[in-house]
Amino acid sequence: MDVWSGLALGFGNALTITNLGWALLGCFLGTAIGVLPGIGPALTIALLLPITFQVSATGAFILFCGVFYGAMYGGSTTSILLNTPGESGSIITALEGAKMAKNGRAGPALVTAAIGSFVAGTVGTLGISFIGPVVVELALKLGPAEYFSLMVLCFATVSAVLGGSALRGLASLGLGLLIGLVGIDLQTGQPRLTFGVPELLDGIDVVLVAVALFAVGETLYLAWTHVGGKQEVREVGRLMMSKQDLKRSVGPWWRGSLLGFPFGVMPAGGTEMPTMLSYYAERKLVRPEHRHEFGTTGAIEGVAGPEAANNAAAAGVLVPMLTLGLPTSATAAIMLSAFQSYGIQPGPLLFTSQADLVWTLIASLYIANIMLVVLNLPLVGLWARILKIPQPQLYAGILVFATIGTYGISNSVVDLLLLYGIGIIAMFMRRFDFPTAPVVIGMILGPMAEQAMRQALTISQGDWTTFITRPVSLCILLIAVLALAGPRLWGLVVRNRADTAPTA
Amino acid sequence: MLRRTLFSAAAAGALLPLCAARAAEQHYATMNVFIPAGPGGGWDGLGRAMEQVARQAGMVGSFQFENVGGAGGTVGLPRFVAQRRGREGAIMVAGAIMVGSVLANKSPVGIKDVTPIARMTSEPGIIVVPANSDIQDLKGFIDALKNNPGGTSVAGGSAGGMDHILLGLLLKSVGRSAKDASYVAFAGGGPAQAAILGAQVKAGISGYSEFAEQIKAGRMRALATSGETRSVENVPTLKESGIDIVLGNWRGVFGPPGLNAAARDKLVKFVTELHALPAWKELLQRQGWDDAFLSGDAFDAFLKQDEAATRQVLTEVGLI
Repeated sequence: MDVWSGLALGFGNALTITNLGWALLGCFLGTAIGVLPGIGPALTIALLLPITFQVSATGAFILFCGVFYGAMYGGSTTSILLNTPGESGSIITALEGAKMAKNGRAGPALVTAAIGSFVAGTVGTLGISFIGPVVVELALKLGPAEYFSLMVLCFATVSAVLGGSALRGLASLGLGLLIGLVGIDLQTGQPRLTFGVPELLDGIDVVLVAVALFAVGETLYLAWTHVGGKQEVREVGRLMMSKQDLKRSVGPWWRGSLLGFPFGVMPAGGTEMPTMLSYYAERKLVRPEHRHEFGTTGAIEGVAGPEAANNAAAAGVLVPMLTLGLPTSATAAIMLSAFQSYGIQPGPLLFTSQADLVWTLIASLYIANIMLVVLNLPLVGLWARILKIPQPQLYAGILVFATIGTYGISNSVVDLLLLYGIGIIAMFMRRFDFPTAPVVIGMILGPMAEQAMRQALTISQGDWTTFITRPVSLCILLIAVLALAGPRLWGLVVRNRADTAPTA
Repeated sequence: MLRRTLFSAAAAGALLPLCAARAAEQHYATMNVFIPAGPGGGWDGLGRAMEQVARQAGMVGSFQFENVGGAGGTVGLPRFVAQRRGREGAIMVAGAIMVGSVLANKSPVGIKDVTPIARMTSEPGIIVVPANSDIQDLKGFIDALKNNPGGTSVAGGSAGGMDHILLGLLLKSVGRSAKDASYVAFAGGGPAQAAILGAQVKAGISGYSEFAEQIKAGRMRALATSGETRSVENVPTLKESGIDIVLGNWRGVFGPPGLNAAARDKLVKFVTELHALPAWKELLQRQGWDDAFLSGDAFDAFLKQDEAATRQVLTEVGLI
């Protein structure tokens, strides 16, 4: 079956009242859980699994896909408004998004995130339909050595978030790497830094740390420095994007989408790496007159790019699942187990043996995407009104929200202690001007880089040259060197010219 | 979780008149199912499947689930032991992975602290190579392990898990130590399968179902399975190939500690009758699970033997 007849068949199946109903329910649920910090699509779909005993396979998967895409849309909302990322893919969005909200630009930030998600979701779904199988075969050529080099490239981008003092930034990064070490080591099965606490054996959740650093730390800091008497209510500002906002967003939307999709397809890629690379790229590519907005008042490019990258990657994750039966994320793994409860074994033959189901699912992704943008744009006004709540009440609310979210998922007191422990550390970090973003980046990249490096070295029997003898790995490393040294060399050249110009 | 409970309660209400008619069949009015893992995994799947069959047959009025995940079940296990001691109508779903985790994590609370009821399912391990590999059959793989274990990289799940243990046992059978293994641990099945499909590693070991579709599509070559009997028609078991290893990722049901003999027998009777239902057989087939029912003293004996074998390999690999 070619793509067009497949899509025609899929839309034919998906556009029934019942299936549209499932899609709408999924989108609604997904947006709601995306807004709640901590509860992700994987957990939600797992809780919905028992419906597979009652509902038809088509209906159930349309619902699941709606939840999956919806969570990606909703995740940005709390990142921007409350500096509280709902899932790991929107941690980077919080960097510029929360600053924009603070400076009365919550509306444009939310709108650029929603439209960016739509653009990226559509690009990603087109990718699934037309080039998925090809990209996934290419992705299989990447081994642990290449993944390690990719992480090195991502580490090079950390410089974009280090802040004014490199020493402070690197100290934060080191703290992140340290937190990332906690738990059982995958390669040897030995516990590290767990101090005999069984709850620490699986490591510390990155979303928990992000919420602790951004939301709890900020709240405690404000409580500490709050000066009584003066009540400031934040500006909500205009809701829609201006023409200029739109002009500044279009480039990042496309770049983010094109960057995110291949990372999602990669079996060890994920949604976090492309958001970091997109943020770095936008920060470097931004027009000079807007450069100062990054890290100060919040630049719209820094929201549009990473949000698009996050959503395109999420779509990409479905490619290895549909074409090869590979579960490369927690959500995909749970969807695979749902396939199994219908007696369908997902694998390389799924596209031929279950063409009906697969194309209906892809068609419903297009539909969910349109539903979500229609559902989310009117909500912007409603969400942005949250900021009208006076600060003490708003921050108390955030604290309650973060606490319930953390405890509700794991039922673990240890997690609560971690939330507040790290929150207090973050409070002091703010007080002494240490940036908090590198902590999260170190925590995400550190363990991934470590495991990839050790896997590569086990395969090469301890031969370090494996990273430079494999051509793809070498190329990625060269790009990383360029990203690190390039701007400095360029700066040197420019300065030399400036020095020589007056004398000439 | 709350929503599930409400669903169950509503279903129980609707079934009430029916239940009255078949009161003799109902074993428990309510049953607490404790899953020491997150929703969506293998233990959770078995628990929900039992709920599905038992409730339809009217054997149990309503079910309540509690998931406490982490560290191969060693986070949840102490909680089940403490909260449900001596209580009737409570079960925990766990299995082979917990035996290994308790040993490797040196958990003070172990399987010895709960009441074994029955083994329900088991999934044999399978050894595969990429489709274009030089290794053609099990003999080729065994020779490679014997002559050059360092150069024979094998992908699987986390260190100390079932896949790693099977590789350790294979190395021992050719006179090597489990320590010689060139074992590449991946987090989760997806990345491990990708590494095998892309021929980044020489071979892979996992549960049979995880690779089944790749083998069917001809993208991986199956060399052997580790069950008692063949899982795939033309793939030999290790046992029939002259390697005396039988290993499976089994899953089963446990009762709380401190149950008296009557309460324990009641639970055994419940799972035995559940297992005999035609609906259970259908469900096993649909899910692709192998029936491995074993209860009572035979299950106790199996547990002891399983723990001893696991301990030996984990000690040799250096994990305990």
